[in-house]
Amino acid sequence: MTSMTLHFTNARLINPESGTDEIGSLTIDNGVIVALDDDAPAGATEVDCGGHCLAPGIVDIGVKIGEPGERHKESFRSAGLAASAGGITTMVVRPDTTPSIDTPEVLEFVTRRAGEARVRIRHMAALTKGRLGHEMTEIGFLLDAGAVAFTDVFKVSSDTKALSRAFTYARSLGALVIGHPQEPGLSVGAAATSGKFASLRGLPGVSAMAERIGLDRDLGLVEMTGVRYHVDQITTARSLPALERAKANGFDVTAGVSIHHLTLNEIDVGDYRTFFKFTPPLRSEEDRMAMVQAVAEGLIDVIGSFHTPADEESKRLPFEEAASGAVGLETLLPAALRLYHAGQLDLPTLFRALSLNSSKRLGLPQGRLSVGAPADLVLFDPYAPYLLDRFKLHSKSKNTPFDGCRMEGKVLATYVAGQAVYQG
Amino acid sequence: MSFRARHLLGIEQLSPLEITTILDLADRYVDLNRRTVKSSDALAGLTQINMFFENSTRTQASFELAGKRLGADVMNMSVGSSSVKKGETLIDTAMTLNAMHPDLLVVRHGASGAVNLLASKVNCAVLNAGDGRHEHPTQALLDALTIRRAKGRIQRLTIAICGDIAHSRVARSNLILLGKMENRLRLIAPPTLMPAGVEHFGCELYDDMRKGLEGADVVMMLRLQKERMDGGFIPSEREYYHRYGLDAEKLSFAKPDAIVMHPGPMNRGVEIDGELADDINRSVIQDQVEMGVAVRMACMDLLARNLRAERGRAAVGTMV
Repeated sequence: MTSMTLHFTNARLINPESGTDEIGSLTIDNGVIVALDDDAPAGATEVDCGGHCLAPGIVDIGVKIGEPGERHKESFRSAGLAASAGGITTMVVRPDTTPSIDTPEVLEFVTRRAGEARVRIRHMAALTKGRLGHEMTEIGFLLDAGAVAFTDVFKVSSDTKALSRAFTYARSLGALVIGHPQEPGLSVGAAATSGKFASLRGLPGVSAMAERIGLDRDLGLVEMTGVRYHVDQITTARSLPALERAKANGFDVTAGVSIHHLTLNEIDVGDYRTFFKFTPPLRSEEDRMAMVQAVAEGLIDVIGSFHTPADEESKRLPFEEAASGAVGLETLLPAALRLYHAGQLDLPTLFRALSLNSSKRLGLPQGRLSVGAPADLVLFDPYAPYLLDRFKLHSKSKNTPFDGCRMEGKVLATYVAGQAVYQG
Repeated sequence: MSFRARHLLGIEQLSPLEITTILDLADRYVDLNRRTVKSSDALAGLTQINMFFENSTRTQASFELAGKRLGADVMNMSVGSSSVKKGETLIDTAMTLNAMHPDLLVVRHGASGAVNLLASKVNCAVLNAGDGRHEHPTQALLDALTIRRAKGRIQRLTIAICGDIAHSRVARSNLILLGKMENRLRLIAPPTLMPAGVEHFGCELYDDMRKGLEGADVVMMLRLQKERMDGGFIPSEREYYHRYGLDAEKLSFAKPDAIVMHPGPMNRGVEIDGELADDINRSVIQDQVEMGVAVRMACMDLLARNLRAERGRAAVGTMV
């Protein structure tokens, strides 16, 4: 893909590598960033950013697309539209499809389908066959076919022996394993975090401790096997000391958190609103604040949308029976900006978690505002206010907890490899 | 009138004044029910549908009788054996029924919040006859009426709720109601049957029955919900009875005039001694059943008044 030379001026450059947030200019040519704060080269088209923010495009780990199996919920095309409108330039997509992405053949199929998206797609593959937690997948072949990480997503294996083998094998290939910390026995049937709110609503709850126990088990396996390991979501304060200890001991461990657990808490479920049902369930306000703090300190590395499309039928059910998860591609950035507006995170820190760290963890060149980096960029006005209407989202599914909410922050343009893929 | 609700979904939404309004009207229906001629025309011309997604004999009979005594056309849908089992969703069932223009819908469902969901989709008044582990408002109201008639008041009493609190919607509704009416509440249960976070509800927690019963005016026993248990909550029924079953010896720790209540159906010899349950000097369990019909009549009467008033306003609106 070739593109013309663009010279962005009067831009508030959000640079997660240097941690700076300063007005400047940036030049891109042929799909890469070629200069920072330099004069416009001859023949370049000038883009006046009007003092708005220019940041590296978001690299979102953990996006669910309904291909194969549930294209009525989300296709590569519709997800790509939503991502571009949300400033996401790389979607790292999940293997919890129907069937699971657990063979190189299925991976090749979705890789072909992914061409319909207007943003970059990277694929994750299942760690075990059928995500059943017993036999490891063909990790080697899947790596060759382009898998960037291996995960059974929200299915947690209780077969620790099988996992230890999968971790050991993955380590020999240098593959990244992404785990979901949850003790499977404790969380059976749970729809909420146990506590006052769940008891009042009569919802079956899971103790926040189930996450800690699950994390401890996985970190034990990391210590045993030396595998490269990423925790998909840390959502409770009780898990943080274990994570901190593993990092301090030099293990190759990183962690993520979903934007919903950073901006919502269990009380938001209110009168059984199923758009607020998540895996893991929303936590207490104390936990939410601890997660925000952990992102600020860099203990939690990555923020993701955990985009999970669900159709109306699967949400219009009693809370316990309703599907979990929310669409998040278009709301990730505006929701994350709530933390900026609340004075809890500055913009470079936010983009370190949204773009830089996720790229780094997967060994991608994106997520940087430096010479030579791909020209995957998002231009946004962090102060533009609007009321979110879920039916205006580009996703095929409209299950967002932010419906009707006042949001602040709008994407003005999204560039992938120097090409404008979205202009608001 | 101080009862303005459209639906009766839970005690949580009721004010103390609304609770008193219901109890006062129910008192009058108790008198009616004791007469030879028990009929009223409060619900004449209205259609009441009882939808029980969970099996029930007692509550369904109580609602049916209440509706019939008030002159409603009552229909029972045994939903457990119908299209719901063929995969129809709760909303579809509700929409189908709604098209038949019922006026009062009495619903019991196994999932918490299911009745709230249904109420948001239909045009009639909805009464919650029990949803999952959430609420069972008419049970709490009938318990309150029973206590008020036995003790002369429903304030400043020490009330012990004992047994399987974790799985009980009756306990939740009672906790909320009795708390709103400013009573001193004690919960007595093995820790495995105590819901998480309940210490924030403003009640005292006990795992020793004798200590918990000390000085109580009212002892409310709960049914051990065998069907809701996945197993492993208690070591055995006989150990449960030994430590938490109410018998004369344990009851002697409560006040001498303490009353014994149970929402039924009882597991005799599991949570309550059979003889004690039948002791007319202590047990008000039969009174609870009687109050049940009166309280349900009062609730449906009040909801029907609001429904008629609302429709009257709508009709005036269309004429203009």
